[in-house]
Amino acid sequence: MAAFGSFALVIALLLAAWNLVAGTLALRLIATGQPSPISPERLADTARRAGIAVFIAVTAAAFALIWSVFANDFSITYILEHSNRALPGAYKFSALWSGQEGSLLLWAWLLAAYGFVLRLTHKQDVKLYAYAGSILAGIQVFFLLVLNFAAPPFALLRGAPPADGNGLNPLLQYPEMVIHPPMLYLGYVGFSVPFAFALGALMMRYPGEKWIKITRIWTMVTWLFLTCGIFLGMHWAYAVLGWGGYWGWDPVENASFMPWLTGTAFLHSVMMQEKKGMMKSWNVWLIFTTFLLTMLGTLLTRAGLVSSVHAFAQSSIGTWFVVFMGIVLAVCIFTYILQRDHLKGEHQIESLVSRESSFLFNNLVLLAACFVILWGTLFPILSEYVVGNKVTVGAPWYNTVAIPIGLFLLFLTGVGPLLPWRSTSLRAIRRNFIVPCIAVWATVLVCLILGMRPWKDGTFESGSFYAVVSFALAAGVLTAISSEFGRGALVIARQSGRNYLASMVLLVRRNTRRYGGYIIHIAVVIVVIGLAGSAFNRNVESEMALHDKISIGPYTLECVGASQDSNANYNSDFAMLDVYKNGKKQFQMTPEKRVYLASEQPQTMVAIHSIPLWDLYVVYEGTNPDTQQPIIKAFLNPLVGWIWAGVVLIVIGTVVALVPSLTPTTASLRMPAARTAHAEPVLGGGD
Amino acid sequence: MPAPARFTLWIKSAQALALAVAVCFSLGATDANSRFTNLNHRLMCTCGCAEILGECNHVGCPNSSGELEELRTGMAAGKSDKEILDGFVGKYGAVVLAAPTTQGFDLVAWIAPFAVFLAALLGTILLIRRWTAVMPPAETLATDPATDALKERIRRETDSEGGY
Repeated sequence: MAAFGSFALVIALLLAAWNLVAGTLALRLIATGQPSPISPERLADTARRAGIAVFIAVTAAAFALIWSVFANDFSITYILEHSNRALPGAYKFSALWSGQEGSLLLWAWLLAAYGFVLRLTHKQDVKLYAYAGSILAGIQVFFLLVLNFAAPPFALLRGAPPADGNGLNPLLQYPEMVIHPPMLYLGYVGFSVPFAFALGALMMRYPGEKWIKITRIWTMVTWLFLTCGIFLGMHWAYAVLGWGGYWGWDPVENASFMPWLTGTAFLHSVMMQEKKGMMKSWNVWLIFTTFLLTMLGTLLTRAGLVSSVHAFAQSSIGTWFVVFMGIVLAVCIFTYILQRDHLKGEHQIESLVSRESSFLFNNLVLLAACFVILWGTLFPILSEYVVGNKVTVGAPWYNTVAIPIGLFLLFLTGVGPLLPWRSTSLRAIRRNFIVPCIAVWATVLVCLILGMRPWKDGTFESGSFYAVVSFALAAGVLTAISSEFGRGALVIARQSGRNYLASMVLLVRRNTRRYGGYIIHIAVVIVVIGLAGSAFNRNVESEMALHDKISIGPYTLECVGASQDSNANYNSDFAMLDVYKNGKKQFQMTPEKRVYLASEQPQTMVAIHSIPLWDLYVVYEGTNPDTQQPIIKAFLNPLVGWIWAGVVLIVIGTVVALVPSLTPTTASLRMPAARTAHAEPVLGGGD
Repeated sequence: MPAPARFTLWIKSAQALALAVAVCFSLGATDANSRFTNLNHRLMCTCGCAEILGECNHVGCPNSSGELEELRTGMAAGKSDKEILDGFVGKYGAVVLAAPTTQGFDLVAWIAPFAVFLAALLGTILLIRRWTAVMPPAETLATDPATDALKERIRRETDSEGGY
């Protein structure tokens, strides 16, 4: 199988190279109109077909690796280092992305899969798709070069293979790890497609903004994958790392968050280009930056420039990535300089207070947040280079610098939808903002009355302060967005006689993109509420003998036993804790500590009881070597469940935004005689 | 109610709300462990786990227990926060601090994000002002409130395509 996999990768490289060369040549011939012995259209079609074949070849290579994992072929170094015989089947799949070579193969396969779909749907716009396909082929060539020459996944072990492998990293032996990395990669790799379309459209001086409509679904689906990937990673960190948190500003977390920020900025500002023909250069650079950031993230973590608890593989492929990023940047700059006159805006912003301005500020804040994270991630390297002194840039720095920017973004999330396009009047601002402002201040008051005060013992508590501000802004934003839904539904209810709920549904169906976007904004607010809850986390740690009790919040935990278990993959120690509330037994929790046999590495399995108000989160930290008693650490983490609920709502909002709106028609409404004089407006759409 | 009276009512309501908020802010509670928690969240565990000292949860961690004990000893000896943190830096190096200091080159870490953000904010505002300065007078500054409201409503309701 190793020979088959290696051969498939070589074939894939040759096919991708042909796709790139023939595609580029064909497009050049078409653009210049030079005579050639072969029809450029036929040449372009062979390139497209080669691109389709790349998918088949890379799929064969991925299949060969998975087959080898399941066949326990430890003559392949990668399999030896990332699997063992006792590894459960589901985790054998995750061996594909648990190491450097496998991750790159997954990346190449996903890119080939995206390219496959793109090339099959090329009839939407043959020329634009040919440009995009050739650019994707260029990216594919890079990954296949790395796989063939720098990080071959089928490299064979010298000498006789051992009877068993080293096993999978215990941190990866968790159900979410079977879907989190592919989801994240789908997001990372997916941004190659809008990048290819943007660069292609710029190269061919694509007339109009149709390319944005073509790539919209790609961009949104990619964004959704990246969002889900990031949140799955957070949940994994929460459930597996056992420190009670979900986001530690780790370089790998940062690396995934940066393209998400620029991708989100692109999703917003691209609407300005689509609707108003504005911000064309800005959008092109946003998508270029997003793509480069996906590469930078891989470089940072894979090349060992920064250390991370999430980086499961490191090697010396950094140089390859640096060179590739340099080439991509040079191509982007060169194309931009050559075609920049094609990117002149058709309109300009008319007012500082308008929907357009809010988009611009939204972009500004998202990019500022991206810069902050990039700066924090790279500062230790910079400091070591400049003054020879390595420093740590940890959570306290990010919390101080990034949270105010995040809160400003939350503020804009509420303000943006309330502003009309072009410009507005003071009267309209007052009317739209009065209720959200009242909601903000009322929430501050309620928070303070409930005891969430930013002052403790005469000192300023930034965590509580930010939490109160977050809750207040969240209330304002929710009120603002709800009022948008409410006003629209009210108009439909009045015009059509439907009930309020049916009117709301119709409102959403008439403009799925707008209201899907609003649902995502509501979801983001819910996530922020969940994040703000972390300011009030509590924890208690204790060594617990039989029938010892510890209390946290309204709960009392009683140790009713400790036991051991073992299977072919790991040995485990676990404690059995009865949880009481108001003196009444509620449930039992069994936090666990495993030691994996193949790697001899320990792993925490946290017990979590989640309700909307908080999570009771219990960690079995091990046993005291002197007394052999279990050490238990219990956390009460308020509102964590809101974060995961928010993510579900983000998925729903994105799906709604992807569903086509009802076809707009001019509805004829029978108007009462008295009202026709006022020209009651009719909403677009009809059913 | 006449407009000036309504305005005065709003101002008074806002003042009352601000006063209520200020009163609530001033009601504080005490926590004996807050200084210890604060300090152990400004330090890193040095075992290589890359976790904040106060959040390092490794049983048998070779370093965290010792560091926490050093912290308690420093506090018991009546040292100031700065003296305690300087002691840690002297022993473990600057990497033991969870965030850069506000001295020397470390200061750049704190200033750069805010400087870039403010410069970008200012630049954006100036850019928009420049754009709007060369535009003809905005039509929405119509003095007729009915026209104003109608235009705004038409804009909102005809905005049926492309985003929100």
